Amino acid sequence: MRRPDYRLGIDVGGTNTDAVIMDAADRVIAKAKVPCTPDITGGITAAIDAVLRAPDVTPSRITHVMLGTTHATNAVLERRHLRRVAAIRLGGPATHSVRPMFGWPRDLAEAVSVGAIIVDGGIEFDGRELSPLDTDAIARFLGDVGEATEGVAITSVFAPVSSRHELEAAEVVKRELGEVHISLSHEIGSIGLLERENATILNGALVGVARDVADAVRQALTTHRLAPATFFAQNDGTLMALDHALRYPVLTIGSGPANSVRGAAFLTGNSDSLVVDVGGTSTDVGVLVNGFPRESSLGVEIGGILTNFRMPDLVTIALGGGTVVTQGPNGLQLGPRSVGYLLTQQALVFGGNIPTLTDAAVAAGRAELGDPAPTGRYRRILTEALARADTMLADAIDRMKTSKEDRALVAVGGGSILVPDRIPGVSEVIRPDHFDTANAVGAAIASVSGQIDRIFHMGTEGRQAALDEACNEASEHAVAAGADPATVSIVELEEIPLAYLTTPSVRIRAKAAGSLGGMAPPPAIRGTGESAPARRAGQVGGHLTGHVEELRRKP
Amino acid sequence: MKRLLDPDSLRALSRGSAVLGAGGGGDAYVTLLQALQATEDFGPVPLVDLDELPDDALVMPCAGVGATTVILEKFENGDEGARLREHLEFVTERQVAALMAIEIGGGNALLPITWAARIGLPVVDADGIGRAFPEIPQVTMHLAGIPASPAVMTDERGNLVVFRTISGDWMERLARAAAVEFGGAASAALFSLTAAKARGATVRNSVSKAISIGETLAAATGSPVDALLAKMGAFQLASGKVLDVERHTTSGFVRGSVVIEGLGEDAGRLIRLELQNENLVALERGRVLASVPDLITVLDAETADAISTEVLRYGQRVTAIAFACDPVWRTERGVAVAGPRAFGYDFDYVPVEELAGATT
Repeated sequence: MRRPDYRLGIDVGGTNTDAVIMDAADRVIAKAKVPCTPDITGGITAAIDAVLRAPDVTPSRITHVMLGTTHATNAVLERRHLRRVAAIRLGGPATHSVRPMFGWPRDLAEAVSVGAIIVDGGIEFDGRELSPLDTDAIARFLGDVGEATEGVAITSVFAPVSSRHELEAAEVVKRELGEVHISLSHEIGSIGLLERENATILNGALVGVARDVADAVRQALTTHRLAPATFFAQNDGTLMALDHALRYPVLTIGSGPANSVRGAAFLTGNSDSLVVDVGGTSTDVGVLVNGFPRESSLGVEIGGILTNFRMPDLVTIALGGGTVVTQGPNGLQLGPRSVGYLLTQQALVFGGNIPTLTDAAVAAGRAELGDPAPTGRYRRILTEALARADTMLADAIDRMKTSKEDRALVAVGGGSILVPDRIPGVSEVIRPDHFDTANAVGAAIASVSGQIDRIFHMGTEGRQAALDEACNEASEHAVAAGADPATVSIVELEEIPLAYLTTPSVRIRAKAAGSLGGMAPPPAIRGTGESAPARRAGQVGGHLTGHVEELRRKP
Repeated sequence: MKRLLDPDSLRALSRGSAVLGAGGGGDAYVTLLQALQATEDFGPVPLVDLDELPDDALVMPCAGVGATTVILEKFENGDEGARLREHLEFVTERQVAALMAIEIGGGNALLPITWAARIGLPVVDADGIGRAFPEIPQVTMHLAGIPASPAVMTDERGNLVVFRTISGDWMERLARAAAVEFGGAASAALFSLTAAKARGATVRNSVSKAISIGETLAAATGSPVDALLAKMGAFQLASGKVLDVERHTTSGFVRGSVVIEGLGEDAGRLIRLELQNENLVALERGRVLASVPDLITVLDAETADAISTEVLRYGQRVTAIAFACDPVWRTERGVAVAGPRAFGYDFDYVPVEELAGATT
């Protein structure tokens, strides 16, 4: 891999595709924001073309491309472009009481599944075999589901303790079906069979979507005769190599908000503050802890399916620069409709005839954009709308705060001109340069991570040996994903003892992150200097009040 | 029959049983899905009052025994209940007429419903604790002098063990050892008893109570926490954020403590919860605010969903509440089995309403 020189960060959102080019000194030397197109390829191509044509850019110096996208999430929500998957659970005779995909929205299950089976197999918590793997049953099932299968998702009970049955089952699939995409749960999720199985099935369904995005980027770069190393951003704000992302596209779900929080951190130099990202249609409020987005502590729902991903802990409200202001029969109506990427044609200040929150911000003097004159006629409702938007924003920010002390707020995103300078509970509003492309910057500066979440048995070596083993494994994963070994450090560590077992056992979750060669190392774990060793457990992490409109946690 | 346990009432029961779990009892999510699938496949289960059963009808208390984290990965086949019933009938030479939850707190509240749907039996509106407790003898049947034996335990494979022990403590030791061999978790029927005896040896109407707690949370128009406080006659200990969580394992139990830093009206206060699977004691500056056998539950400050001790994390915004246990736990024998001293604390039990009265 070449030593990093220029990095191209791309964020494919719901409204716009943003791109930035950063040099080796982490300066933004070019940026572009273009409206998304229905096929996404058009938007990606236009954004890449725009930054490569910028005056200070020598395209051949681009060594790395980092890509973040909400495309996978949207594919699930819209049930579009999904592949059809055969789901195999290795766990019988246990676990028959909840079958695979039970509780999924019917239309999503129909769009994704060609069939599901529970066969005998799986692992016990202590690594023993739950039951011998029934390879014949797998072969028969594959024969039954037949031609329609575009992918196979394999989930074993206690795969985080041992992956051997999943690997054995994968061999059977290869023998029976030849070249077919196989998703293995131990590479995707953590403890929690149903949530991990859901994520593994979704992964198989999203393979085509990830390939489309990757192909669009590759095509656009090939036109410019470029072939840089390509990475995908994942839901924790760190990167994985392209080949890994194509095998595990579900891990890119949630990368959009993670990137904007990381980008906000980088652009301001803050590693702990509140972040608000105002887009065209919605606003996310997140919290930066130790340079990373605070994660929600419970599993999140994606399109009505519970998963156990650690996602950025967010409050999302339907408020953006394009939010439409109307005078309805019951008084002022604020959104949720947005003019989206048509803002520059339809908003009053741009010569259109639809009053939006951008018009309200301009009328109030918060921004200078277009021609403020046409807003005069709507002054009363625009003033009222902005006041209501300010209250909604202040409430969302308050919900994310974990102490009553005033905190700094970093405002990013194209719509952040809406954010007032004074907000209750906020000590100052920081508006960094390049605020409008913070998410693409977040992708470009991201580090590479690896993580593990499994059960360890404390033998004679005791607790510290288990913690060390966990940290080593997480670091190895980070290096395998492309991190420079010299910069890898543990950024998150949590241990949860297991009750009711005579052998002391503990579930350990560890995450390591490192930079691409030649870049600054990520911050080390917070709290290691504090007295009690147990403080490390639970020290880093989220709280329960956050939620995302579309990505909801379980009830 | 009091009602049919349809999917809506199962969802409400799941939320309500988490509140009554006092931080323990295990995750109620997998057990909810199990009950929903069994109901979808076999039809809804009738909930009956003990008065509706003949005096000599045998009631089978059901329990998942083992590590709650194991259940997140390896949960039941679904046929365990049928096997337990068959062998319990064989060893007792009586017919089982209904199933009962051994504890209404946490996931064990829904387990008998999954089994009853498949067997075609009703579930009784009662349980053996009125909350969750960590040890097998900490049930109202034990207080009433009903033995845990003969007890039957099985796994998903079809292995089956019959226990005849000389005491509840021996049952605890042997059942735990067997559960570990089965893979960290197993299914059991213990403390089986006739309907006549059950009327005086269980916490009555607790399934209905848990359902109505869940319904209260779902229907709350204002703050769900306030709605719950009013419904339960509960006392708010403090509202704030989780400042510290410390957990370790001692002889098979997770013990530890949680520190909650008050926010808003409670700014400046520090509340410490001591836990052993469940929340045992709430302390402030060394003063006891509430203790077992009364219930101490940590709620999500916003949704009022109960947060179990395993998923408490730094920074969570929570409200800790306490409310009265079933009166049977306040008897001399009840306090001896599940009061502060039973958990190794060196102070006497004082009911939560007296402690709260002394505060205000």
